[in-house]
Amino acid sequence: MANHWGIVAEFDSASAIYHAAERVTAQGYTKVDAHTPFPVHGLDKALRQGPSHLGWLVICCGATGICLAQLMMWWMNAVDYPMWVSGKQPYAWPSTIPVTFELMVLLSAFGAVFGMFGINKLPRFHHPIFTHTQFHRVTDDRFFLSIDSTDPKFDRAATAKMLESIGGKHVELLEEE
Amino acid sequence: MTAITVIDEPENPLRRAPLVEGTNDFTSVTNIVARVVENKTPKGWYLMFGAAIALLLNLGAMIGYLIFTGIGVWGNNSPVGWGWPIVNFVFWIGIGHAGTLISAILFLFRQKWRTSINRASEAMTIFAVMAAGIFPAIHVGRIWVIWWVFPLPNQMALWPNFKSPLLWDVFAVSTYFTVSLLFWFVGLVPDLATFRDRAAKAGRTVAARVYGAFSLGWHGSNRHWIHYEKAYLILAALSTPLVLSVHSIVSFDFAVSIVPGWHTTIFPPYFVAGAIFSGFGMVLTLMIPARQWLGLQELVTLNHLDNIAKILLLTGTMVGYAYGMEFFIAWYSGSEYEKFCFTNRAFGPYWWAYWIMVSCNVISPQFFWFRSLRRNPMFLFVVSIFVNIGMWFERFVITVSSLNRDFLPSSWGYFSPTIIDILTYAGSFGLFFTFFLLFCRFMPIIAISEVKGVMPQANPHHGHDDHGHGHTAAHTH
Repeated sequence: MANHWGIVAEFDSASAIYHAAERVTAQGYTKVDAHTPFPVHGLDKALRQGPSHLGWLVICCGATGICLAQLMMWWMNAVDYPMWVSGKQPYAWPSTIPVTFELMVLLSAFGAVFGMFGINKLPRFHHPIFTHTQFHRVTDDRFFLSIDSTDPKFDRAATAKMLESIGGKHVELLEEE
Repeated sequence: MTAITVIDEPENPLRRAPLVEGTNDFTSVTNIVARVVENKTPKGWYLMFGAAIALLLNLGAMIGYLIFTGIGVWGNNSPVGWGWPIVNFVFWIGIGHAGTLISAILFLFRQKWRTSINRASEAMTIFAVMAAGIFPAIHVGRIWVIWWVFPLPNQMALWPNFKSPLLWDVFAVSTYFTVSLLFWFVGLVPDLATFRDRAAKAGRTVAARVYGAFSLGWHGSNRHWIHYEKAYLILAALSTPLVLSVHSIVSFDFAVSIVPGWHTTIFPPYFVAGAIFSGFGMVLTLMIPARQWLGLQELVTLNHLDNIAKILLLTGTMVGYAYGMEFFIAWYSGSEYEKFCFTNRAFGPYWWAYWIMVSCNVISPQFFWFRSLRRNPMFLFVVSIFVNIGMWFERFVITVSSLNRDFLPSSWGYFSPTIIDILTYAGSFGLFFTFFLLFCRFMPIIAISEVKGVMPQANPHHGHDDHGHGHTAAHTH
């Protein structure tokens, strides 16, 4: 028996996917996700998905940038090769601010971008959801709701029927890769 | 191509004008942006691309000649050791400020009209920073040791001097370029996925693979969007101080020295205002023809151009205030050298450059007090050219008129550029336009997913009043 990844249904508006998400989670489904052409406001609440904790990662990266910059400038200009230029001390904090700021921003941005892709497990070029016959419209004008087969309430027939009853079109059972 | 209705109605202050005009839905927005890339390449594109490539080749030849011969091929000499290269550097880096301003600062201020112009402006930023970065790099003379500007171990066991503003500049500009590129790429991913899916559907395999590779397998999952939006917000919050810091640090290149006319505390805010002014000028120069030729009038509306014109008016007036304040402080400080420097600037040998600058930067944006002129694309385009010219002259005036007559009259001189200076500068436009034309031909020039997100249909309560605030919220925010 082929393993199933889940069931996917198509909806045709932001309002339809929002109400479908509310009804599916109200029925006790937990491994539900929506796929939309743009972030739909409030859909995370309807799907009962928690907020992103990416900010903590970015703060750590930013702090690393600050420490790294300070250590680098202090060690290079005051310890390894003390350099006196125009009577200024080898290490003087005011002149270190610009570089410290820039490295803080740089490492934070790396954290935000690569952290976001990492948490989202991207790049991933093959995903079972791409086998849905209508899924190419997810980046255009259609909204999809997917229920994972690992959901405790998942049942091939009943779940498909439920998705159809709440207005889902092209309800398809997708196979695991 | 379908007929495009251009709406020119005054914005009702009680109700927000629609950000997307005409009878568009999600499908038609995708189509408008995708057809720019999918239609047959217009002949005009080849013409412009050919001209841009010719200028780019010229840039390569000029740089080659410079490296093989030496900095003497330029007009830089004592007393004006900083000639056109630094002028061109500051000119391009200033232009590179509008993109991040639009994508970051306007995002934090919830200015939703930014969505239709942010993609092209960010692209403009990246290409402008590339053009800017060339000049200090080739200006060092011995370009084969350019890596000494980075804190890398070398045979002299010597580290860079971190007290030099020129080194701060290395960090500021390279950070700015990297962060702008990342910000641009993050915004592009969902739209590249749109192009991937359209290409795959139409059977264009190569395009589908290339767009597919760069869209990283994006499938619009809501869990992904949650992290994506957080990352976007964080990048905006990081880029906002970054964009202000970069031109502040560029101004430190001047302000930290003790040359009269440079050694002033007004420089950082004055440079930042000028950068935003010049950047928005270039946005208009690029977007007015682009919206016309590519049929984007329903997405880049007259209201957008009107808003940009208001920003030009504001920043142009701020720059004008800074020009006035420099004179006031030169007089008020009682410093002989400051006073002489500014008299020399306005009435000395470079008086013509000074008054070109004032006319272009201070006087020309004042027309934007009039609504009809703010909504006249042809007029806006002409003024935007004046802004570009004026802001180049601003940097020329600051650099050259401060250096040409320094403390000792015996060392005074008059700076003239050589033909190599002029051709190198022209070549930098070749680099900029080559990349921008490629961008217009192969990339989503408008942020499709962001534009969809600000349409009334994107509100999940659109068409229902079941949540009390539904319908009105969709239209007024």
